[in-house]
Amino acid sequence: MDKVDVGKKILSENEKYAFENIIFLAEQKKLCLNMISSPGSGKTTILARTINGLRGKIRIGVIEGDIQTDIDAERIRATEAPVLQINTEGACHLSATQISEALKKLPVADLDLIFIENVGNLVCPSAFDLGESAKVVVLSVAEGDDKPAKYPAIFAKSKVLLVNKIDLLAGGHVDFDLERAKADARRLNKAIEIFPISAKTGEGMDLWCDWLLGSVQKGIAQQ
Amino acid sequence: MHETTVAQSLMEILSAEAAKQNAAPVSAKISCGTLNAVNDEILRFAFEALAKDTLCEGVELCIEHKPIRARCRSCSQDFDVEFSRPACSKCGGEDFDLLPDAPLVLEQIEFQSDDNDGQS
Repeated sequence: MDKVDVGKKILSENEKYAFENIIFLAEQKKLCLNMISSPGSGKTTILARTINGLRGKIRIGVIEGDIQTDIDAERIRATEAPVLQINTEGACHLSATQISEALKKLPVADLDLIFIENVGNLVCPSAFDLGESAKVVVLSVAEGDDKPAKYPAIFAKSKVLLVNKIDLLAGGHVDFDLERAKADARRLNKAIEIFPISAKTGEGMDLWCDWLLGSVQKGIAQQ
Repeated sequence: MHETTVAQSLMEILSAEAAKQNAAPVSAKISCGTLNAVNDEILRFAFEALAKDTLCEGVELCIEHKPIRARCRSCSQDFDVEFSRPACSKCGGEDFDLLPDAPLVLEQIEFQSDDNDGQS
C-alpha cells in the first residue's frame, strides 16, 4: 500500500468562491448578511418589515434561497426591493458559487445592504461560508429555548441572534425562557448581539433596524 | 444532508489524485472540526452511493473529529469544549472565547500498490 499525504481542504472550491465574494463586497463597500434559521422562523417576514422600516435610509437587496418556488421572492418584490431567487433543487444550503452568480445579477452598486436568506435549515448552511460580512441566526420562540444548546455551530458562528415571534410569549402560547436561550447562545459566543423581535407586531424591530443602520454606516467587521 | 456536497467534493479530489498517482485509492483519511457538523454515517452513505461503479468504489473513509478549542478568559488555559457542559478544564470558568474550528481536510490517501495490482 502506498500512502500519499494530501492535506487539501475538501470544501476548497466553495471557499475559493467565498473569498472572491468577500473581495467583491469589500471593493464595493457593501454589507452582506447571511440569514440562517429553521423553516418557518419568519425570515421573509422579518426581511419585508426591515426593508419597509429602513425605506429611505438604507437601500436593501435580497438573495432568496429555497429548495423550490419563488414564493419568498414574490413577498420581497412587494416591498419593491431588488430580489433574486435561487432554487437549490433539493440541496439543503446555498453555496458561494450561487452567491457569486447572484451578485452579478443584483444591482449591487445601487445598494447599501444585501441580505441572503438561506435555505431553512439550522445545520447545513452553517458549514458553508458564502463570503458574507456576518451571519444572522433567527430563532422563533415556537421552536423552543433549547435550540442554542442543541445546535451550537450556528449560534457560535453568528454575529446576531434574532429571537422572533415574541408576541406569542405575552399570550402564554408557548413555553420559552428567553433568558435561557440568551445565556446558552452567549455561553459559546460572547460577542453575539441579541434582539428579541416580533416581525408581525413590529415589537423590537426598531432596535434591530438601528443596529443595521449603524453597521452600514460604520462598515461591519468581517467575521 | 450537506454531507452529499462533502462526499461529491471528496470524490473529485480523490479521482484527481488517483489519476496523478495512476493507482486505485483504497482508503482516505479525513479530519474535521466540530462546527463542520459532519455525521460519519451519512457521509459514508453518500460517498458509497456516489462512488458506485467508479474508481472510488469501496474506498474506506477514516474520519477523525477534532474537538473545538476555547481559551479561558480567567486563566488563559486552552481547552476542548464539551458542548453538554462547556467550562475551562483548569479553573472551571465558563467565561471563554472559542478558537477557530478545524477545517474539513482530506489528510491522506492510501493507494493500492503495483504489486497488489498484479495479484488482483
